[in-house]
Order: sequence, then structure tokens, then C-alpha cells
Amino acid sequence: MAQLMTLTDAVAELVGDGDSVALEGFTHLIPFAAGHEIIRQGRRELELIRMTPDLLYDQMIGMGVARRLVFSYGGNPGVGSLHRFRDAIENGWPQPIEIEEHSHAGMANRYAAGASDMPCAIMRGYVGTDLVAHTTVAHVTCPFTGEQLVAVPALRPEVAIVHAQEADRDGNVQLWGIPGVQKEAVLAAERSLVTVERIVDELELRPGGIVIPGWVISAVAEAPGGSRPSYSLGVTERGNDFYKFWDKMSRDRDEFTDWMNENVLGKEEVSTR
Amino acid sequence: MSVTAPEITAGETQTVVAARRLRHTRTVFIGVGRPSTAALLARMVHNPELVLVYESGTIGAKPFHIPLSIGDGELAETADSIVSVPEMFNYWIGAGRIDVAFLGAAQIDPYANLNSTVIGDYAHPKTRLPGAGGAPEIAASCGEVIVIAPHAKRTLVEKLDFVTTVGHGEGPGSRERLGFRGRGPTAVITDLGVLEPDPETKRLVLTQIHPGVDVDQVREQTGWELEVADELQVTELPTAEELASLRELLER
Repeated sequence: MAQLMTLTDAVAELVGDGDSVALEGFTHLIPFAAGHEIIRQGRRELELIRMTPDLLYDQMIGMGVARRLVFSYGGNPGVGSLHRFRDAIENGWPQPIEIEEHSHAGMANRYAAGASDMPCAIMRGYVGTDLVAHTTVAHVTCPFTGEQLVAVPALRPEVAIVHAQEADRDGNVQLWGIPGVQKEAVLAAERSLVTVERIVDELELRPGGIVIPGWVISAVAEAPGGSRPSYSLGVTERGNDFYKFWDKMSRDRDEFTDWMNENVLGKEEVSTR
Repeated sequence: MSVTAPEITAGETQTVVAARRLRHTRTVFIGVGRPSTAALLARMVHNPELVLVYESGTIGAKPFHIPLSIGDGELAETADSIVSVPEMFNYWIGAGRIDVAFLGAAQIDPYANLNSTVIGDYAHPKTRLPGAGGAPEIAASCGEVIVIAPHAKRTLVEKLDFVTTVGHGEGPGSRERLGFRGRGPTAVITDLGVLEPDPETKRLVLTQIHPGVDVDQVREQTGWELEVADELQVTELPTAEELASLRELLER
């Protein structure tokens, strides 16, 4: 059964230096508060896994948290480049970063295989592209039809962290809106942390809501507003202006560092539970 | 009724031309930016039943505003169905349930193969681009692909720095050999005109130019020796309705 913890304690207990960590949330429900806590606790040498690194991994990469990045789309959605991600790959700042990149279909299937405890996923894709020479993908033949397909290895992060709208006191979690690969990430990982907007006495089941039972989650921490500047449908709105602001501000290393010092390192984690 | 050419920007014409391509389409897969604007315009003017599919898992989204990201709240709130990312790529895209996909790219070659990964060497890139996202499997499996890009020599190049997404591969028979179910790129819509693959060679041919553009200008901005169709069409000017709707949409 998931333990209710403070965000500070949960990150300290679940995330260690050198771990492979997946903070998921596809545009929606990105666990910014948890990522910021990882930065504040000074974790290093992480293998960061995420389909769309988004501003959160741009911040974590720029703060020197990551040794390796596994991803499928490293852009600022609808805005342009992720400048810290680019600076790390193009110039090795603040430190060189190893990358492994896939397509979205590949990453999604890798998570689904991890959640299923399968060693790999079988799919159509990658063929004919230069990705094949630069990533982990193999050709396989369907034993029934002879069709040429590809296999991608399962993702099994040591830690998965996702954000959701609410949890009850037993750590059962409900999220709604765009579900991304949150459930797959939690089920694929050895340990998991779910941050939530609020803890409630009883989950009120919603049409289209996804419930992740507390007994597959390691820890739940309350973190109101914890997905900002992403959003939690029905609770907070996406900070589109912030995504545009980030594009301008984060181009400069010093401006970025100052901003992070003031807005992330200088802030206490606010969760009270 | 048409309005006079000078008032209309090249970008507006490009969006209007893309929207017209969706007149008889049931389902369209779109990313953000101009493709999203074009699809919303198509729903307003040409095809109110058009089903918009975004890779965030929102199927049948009906946003009033042009979304900034593919996962804006309005897409989720107005969708007919919301699915997980694995479901989106396996059940909907991979299974060939989407008719048309709009894609963009930093580089496009004469066979409409696309690069959105790196400019320069992969290990030491001059410019690191976002990467594949959904594009390789979208281009493999959707019914057809329409590429929307600015017309510039650095975009339309003879050879890609990296093949992120296969269009027509190395020419006739490539897609069949790779086992792709979709027909691949049927048009590249730029701010100067429209290129379409030759039915025999699969190489892109200029088939349409926008009003006020001349062929030499298009040649100048194309990084390979451009072939021009014998019966080159001139784009019909945006109608007053198309233009008014587009401008209203952008102002919302």
C-alpha cells in the first residue's frame, strides 16, 4: 500500500544518485514539483527517461542532474527549441549528456512492455529511418504471418514519478484528462511516487478517470499546483505564457542559472503532508 | 468573391491551401502551429464534420482557440474520446484509422523524406532539433501525408542530414518494400506553392504556385533542380470567407 509522505521525504527515500528515473506526463500533469525537489536535493548522474523532456528536463539537464537522457521529442511544445537540452548535446554544458532517442510509438510501446513485464514490444516502425543505426531496435519476423516487424526493449525505470489530480488516504490515485503514459510508467517501474493536487477522504470516480490502486504505488505526496506550468485538468490551467517566456529566458546560461537559483533552489518544498 | 492579392500574406495563403485539402477528409492528424490552424479553418469553412486527432490522445477535439501545445486543456475538454499514448499509436495510428496527417520538418528531400533530428553530424550536431516524436509511424501508417513547411533552400535540400521520417524513400517501390500501409506524402505545401510527387518517379514536382509568385523565385528557393509540371496551376486566391474566418480564428 502506498505510503503518504511529504514530497521531501519521498524523493529522499525513492530517488538515489545514478538511478534511472522517469517523470512522465504527456504535456498534461507533468510532475514539476517533484523534479524541482530532485534538483534541490542535489541528485546527480541520473538516467532521465521521458517521451517529451519538456521544460522540466530542460531545467534538470541545465542544473547538471542528468548523465543520460532517453526520449522521443525534445522540443518546447508549440514554441520551439529546448535551449538547455540543446546546449548539453551541442556543447556539453553544464556537462556532456549521453542520449538514446526513439519515436513516440517506440517509447509508448517500451513502457507498455515494461508494465506487462515483457522483455520487449513488437511493433511496426523505425524501418527506413536513420534512427535504426542510432538506437535500440531490432528486426523480427512474425512467426505466424512472416511479416517483418521491429522489437524495442522494455523500459524498466528504477523510479517512476507522475502527477495526478487526487488520491485517497490509502494512496489510491485518480487522474483524468490526457492520460499520457502515466499508468504504464508506474507499472513499469521498480518504485513509484505519485504527487497529487489534493488528498481526499474518498475518490469520487469520474467518467474517463483512471484509477491506479495504491498497492502498486510506493509513495503518494500532496503537492498542490505541483504540475505548474503544465496543468492538472479541472484544477489548474496550462501556463502557455510561461512556455513562451522560457524560450527567451533560457537561451542564456547565466540568466537560466539565476532564474533556477531564485525560483527553484531558493524555494522550500511546500507540501505539508 | 475574392479579395485583392496584396492584402494577403504568404502564410495565410499557405494555411488556406492546406485547409482546402481537407474538404473531403474524415480524420486528420495534426501537430501544433500552422497545421492546427489549417485544420481548424477547414472545420469552420469546408468540413464541419472533420475529426481532429492530436497525438496527446485527444480524438475529435473541437477547440475554439488555436492550441499552443498538442495537449492543451481545451483539446481534452472538447474531445469525443481521450486515449493513452500507447493506445493512440497502436490502435489508431498504427492500425491505419487516420486518413490524412499534417507534418512539418526542418529538411525535406526530393522524395519528401523528412529530417527533424539534427543539422550536421549526429554525434556532434551543429543544431540539435527536437527529434522524431510521432512522425515516423504517422507517415508510415496514415492514409496520406501532407507536409507543411517554409519554402527555403535550407529546408528543401538534395540530401537530408538525417532521415527521421520516410516519405517516398528512394523512389518507386520503397514504401511497399518497407511494408508501409499509407500512401505517403501527397503534397508539400509551402508559402510559395505546392509540390506533389510524380506518379512514376515519386520525385517532387512543382504543380501549383501561389498568386504573385513566379517560377524562378521557387527555383531559387529550392535546393535541388526543380521540376515544374507542364500544366502549372496558380492557386485560387483565398476567398473573402476563408480569409475572414482565418483572421477571426487567429484573433480569438
